[in-house]
Amino acid sequence: MSFPWANEYKPSHPFMQWMDDRLPLPRLVFNSVGAGYPVPRNLNYFWNFGFLAALCLIVQIVTGIVMAMHYAANTAVAFDTIEMTVRDVNWGWMMRYAHANGASMFFIVIYVHIFRGFYYGSYKAPREMVWLLGVVIFLLMMATAFMGYVLPWGQMSFWGAKVITGLFGAIPFVGEPLQQWLLGGFAPDNAALNRFFSLHYLLPFVIVGVVILHIWALHIPGSSNPTGVEVKAESDTVPFYPYYVAKDGWFIGVFAIVFSLMLFYFPNSLGHPDNYIPANPMSTPAHIVPEWYFWPFYAILRAFTQDFFFIPAKLMGVLAMFGAILVWFFLPWLDKSPVRSGSYRPLYKKFFWFGLIPAMAVLFYCGGAAAAEPYVMISQLAALYYFAHFLIVLPIVSAIEKPLPLPYSITESVLGTDEAAQLAPSATV
Amino acid sequence: MAETEGVRRRDFINIAAVSAAGIAGVGVVIPLVSQMSASADVLAASSTEIDISAIQPGQAIKAVFRKQPVFVRNLTPKEIEEANAVDTASLRDPQTLAERTKEGKENWLITMGVCTHLGCVPLGAGEGEIKGEFGGYFCPCHGSAYDTAARIRKGPAPKNLEVPEYAFTTDTVVQIG
Amino acid sequence: MARILSILVGLFFTVALAWSFGLGFYTWATDPAAPTAEHEFHLLPKEVAFASDGAFGKFDKQQLQRGFQVYKEVCSACHSLNHVAFRDLAQLGYSEGQVKAIAAGFQVPGVDPTTGEANLRPGLPTDYFPKPFANDVAARAANNNAVPPDLSLMTKARHEGPAYVYSLLTGFQAQPAQLLKEFPDSKTPNGLHYNPYFANLNLAMAPPLTGDGQVEYGPGNPKPTVDQMSKDVAAFLIWTAEPSLDKRKQTGLAVTLFLLFATVLGYMAYRNIWAGKKH
Repeated sequence: MSFPWANEYKPSHPFMQWMDDRLPLPRLVFNSVGAGYPVPRNLNYFWNFGFLAALCLIVQIVTGIVMAMHYAANTAVAFDTIEMTVRDVNWGWMMRYAHANGASMFFIVIYVHIFRGFYYGSYKAPREMVWLLGVVIFLLMMATAFMGYVLPWGQMSFWGAKVITGLFGAIPFVGEPLQQWLLGGFAPDNAALNRFFSLHYLLPFVIVGVVILHIWALHIPGSSNPTGVEVKAESDTVPFYPYYVAKDGWFIGVFAIVFSLMLFYFPNSLGHPDNYIPANPMSTPAHIVPEWYFWPFYAILRAFTQDFFFIPAKLMGVLAMFGAILVWFFLPWLDKSPVRSGSYRPLYKKFFWFGLIPAMAVLFYCGGAAAAEPYVMISQLAALYYFAHFLIVLPIVSAIEKPLPLPYSITESVLGTDEAAQLAPSATV
Repeated sequence: MAETEGVRRRDFINIAAVSAAGIAGVGVVIPLVSQMSASADVLAASSTEIDISAIQPGQAIKAVFRKQPVFVRNLTPKEIEEANAVDTASLRDPQTLAERTKEGKENWLITMGVCTHLGCVPLGAGEGEIKGEFGGYFCPCHGSAYDTAARIRKGPAPKNLEVPEYAFTTDTVVQIG
Repeated sequence: MARILSILVGLFFTVALAWSFGLGFYTWATDPAAPTAEHEFHLLPKEVAFASDGAFGKFDKQQLQRGFQVYKEVCSACHSLNHVAFRDLAQLGYSEGQVKAIAAGFQVPGVDPTTGEANLRPGLPTDYFPKPFANDVAARAANNNAVPPDLSLMTKARHEGPAYVYSLLTGFQAQPAQLLKEFPDSKTPNGLHYNPYFANLNLAMAPPLTGDGQVEYGPGNPKPTVDQMSKDVAAFLIWTAEPSLDKRKQTGLAVTLFLLFATVLGYMAYRNIWAGKKH
């Protein structure tokens, strides 16, 4: 599971020895985020975002439990209980803003984490399972965030619930009964609000479970690194504690500063004003948009405006929206390049920086814009590239590309030379 | 020498950084704990005005103060006499009736309707309820009996029924809390 | 094999998108969407400054009191303030006695203690502002079929809320001739009022602040012009939407400064620990 040179856990105190013989929890911690976990020495700051994502999850769970202490999942009072929390509960305003903006911070962090994976090929063997579990976490996060946004029972909550469950109505034959089953009625009401609350409370703990699997799977091969060259010797690694504890630790400070600026100075800037209007089933807001982190996928949903042969446009949109994320599951097998890191893949790098990133940025922008021209046409082109990138460009590029020469080892890439390389000059990759 | 000083300086910074993280942790815990204490709307409702003009001698009413019952009782001269006849030294929680009422308003006995044993509502304030063997209040949960000054006389309760803070705003209006 | 399959799936989505794009482009090029009066004549809120703006901004309590006066004397006839209790007014600098007096000046729904019938009683500090209409149906019936929205969260419920409120109150005007020339069908319907700051240009609310001095401010206050009253009531609505605004910014300052300090320490510790370890 780990490298042979990993530090071994040696309990010094008799109590710790006693504990280690019975429940080796300190050993587990030592081996997973302590001195017993050797990590490549050359990780850059993009590798901090996994740790930050875990922190975000904790922030959301803690503030969420607080919110649940003051919230009542009933359409008659849900909106009012949130306002009571903000106005009358001690520090209630801070808890509410921390939970709402914390969700945004979580998604910012997770998007960086995902795109780091894209660029550095973190999904490649032997880390496919880490990647697959990560995609599962992302899907669970989206479900949790969506249901959480419904709970304040504002205008956007209500219409978001209606529109998103409406997506399931696009499925042939079972669509309509399925939608009614999801909502427990013909439109979002008490039944839907209650189950969303229940699931919104449950899913984060499911996420915790999958995160544990994600980290477990990561510790089998160990962390990847910016060169994509696997660890070969002790000189390639440093122990997680103290090195990466210090690095992750101080970077939490940077994260916390950004978070506190959002929370204390721009708490409503990422939310939609309409959600400060109580839900009104009789009147749709002029411009319905989901929360910003769903915008790329919302843009893909709206990009399909025409029926495609016998497939209705609505169904096409739903298929594409889910497909846009499901395609990530196949990434390890779509990209067959023997080289992991984008830094050594000149052609892939170009498609990443000049294709995927701009397409994603455009989709973000268009998903938040009104459903009018020219935004629809622009988002159609961006969505077109998005699918082409993963399903057409990536398989072809990985077949025809000539990668740059890789360093012999992490040590060589850091120090410019590695004594072991001189001993084995013929070794590759 | 210079070497050890460098080491010391580095240790100091590391310790300071860990301490700062600790302070941040405490700073996070404070609001998390204090959010559970009573909120502003609850605290704001914690004073009650009661009109007592309709309570005849010998009658009592139950009012609500902080979501708990308050007994307002207009004592008859006989009840006052009974209360004053008790030797306070013999009481579990020695107090005179005068100490439990306002001067010049000794007939107005205002107490919480919460048994000091485990918090049940004693009987005796409502019309027709039994008043127990001491003519005051009787708690049916575990048999605590209070006298006409609402002092504990028998049973497991350790204290007299609590007298809340109150004041007569006029002759007929009492503000509790 | 996997590659061919993936390219086929890719083609499925991209061709469908190209199809949508092509038809969309054709429609857009040959039959562009007609411009609408809302699109051409709707204005973004005016620039206006409030004491509570910015990272160090704080409420001007004197102004909030004036704004409350405007709400009480003008807006409250039609607009509720559901989330605000009289006790909250203490934050505007009113004493306990003043808050009691203000509350007592409002009639709130109560219960007759002898008959149990619904009645009205003078408000207490713990009561919330009473609604001007019993329900939406009553509100609609009294207001030309439009429900006057609740104002407690108004400045958060609109883009650039405070400026929007101010602009709307000062923005009533005659319909521009240019608009009628371009869109002859868009004449403001009877009973509605033209206001370019409202999303669809015509709103049911008649201009509520019509003349200077409509509300009498006490001595030491600025002249109650329509502009001043609009600004004051907008400031008051910033407060009703977020009473904790001052506390939020003060807390934010302390937290951010501490975090900066802690982060610098953390960075130094990080440099110490990695010292001599090339990476």
